[in-house]
Amino acid sequence: MSKTKRNGRTPGPDLTCREIVELVTGYVEGTLPGAQRGPFERHITLCPDCDTYLAQMRQTIDTLGELHEYSLAPGQRDQLLAAFRGWRQS
Amino acid sequence: MPSTDTPILEEHHLLACLRAGDERAFLELVERHHAGMVRLAKVYVGSEALAEEVVQDAWSAVVKGIDRFEGRSSLKTWLFSIVKNRATSTFSRERRSVPLSALGPQDDETGAAVAADRFFSSSDPSLDGGWAAPPRPWEDAGRRMLSLELRAELRRALESLPSRQQVVVGLRDVEGLEAAEVCDLLDLSEANQRVLLHRGRARLRQVLEEAFEDGSHPA
Repeated sequence: MSKTKRNGRTPGPDLTCREIVELVTGYVEGTLPGAQRGPFERHITLCPDCDTYLAQMRQTIDTLGELHEYSLAPGQRDQLLAAFRGWRQS
Repeated sequence: MPSTDTPILEEHHLLACLRAGDERAFLELVERHHAGMVRLAKVYVGSEALAEEVVQDAWSAVVKGIDRFEGRSSLKTWLFSIVKNRATSTFSRERRSVPLSALGPQDDETGAAVAADRFFSSSDPSLDGGWAAPPRPWEDAGRRMLSLELRAELRRALESLPSRQQVVVGLRDVEGLEAAEVCDLLDLSEANQRVLLHRGRARLRQVLEEAFEDGSHPA
């Protein structure tokens, strides 16, 4: 957060950008204690850089969520399928 | 997060199909979770080859046990617990397996999410801790995140995380398990789970950041 943004208008203890990045996971997970959530959200509102960091973290998580669409090697797929038929019969 | 919850109806349907011996349902389950199961097994048994063996064995247990699955956990949580049990029991007698907890709270839980030199260090409290090298917004992120190249890079980065981070991020963000399910499965405290997730995600964001910077400023 630049000097101009930190002009004392925000009440309560200010968080630095360095602190914000360590709280991002708690925030995204919804486990941040109430006492920290307010200052966190105030900071994010006023600091475009931390807002960008938070957005990138969400984009990272979203993209990870798409990695599970993994295709097996054809040989491996056939092998498991053949095994499936065998297991059902046993 | 698109993968966080499998709709209950979908899971019921999948389960019914599996019990009826539907091969497509089985393949769907395999394609969705096989890689994640191997990732989990690998933490316990060390090598990729042994992990594949464990997972093969786990699939057999899943198919044979599907009629006894009571649905007290989600289907995928059940899958992963079978993998974990197989990995620890089958290979502990060969002394090749490492329990996850024995990996200890090592250096994979310490350190900052973002390199210290990207923030100002100053005795002036109005400057200290502010960004010196702030992240730049990712241009055209929606489209670029779809690129196979970027996804392959993200997958490689995930696979090179320290093993506990890798498993926690994999189960949470790739496989879509809940925090409580992961804690239960891996015998981790909630705080521990969150720290591993935090470290792992922060590293992956950094890898994507580097990929975006490279892409937007060709040499």
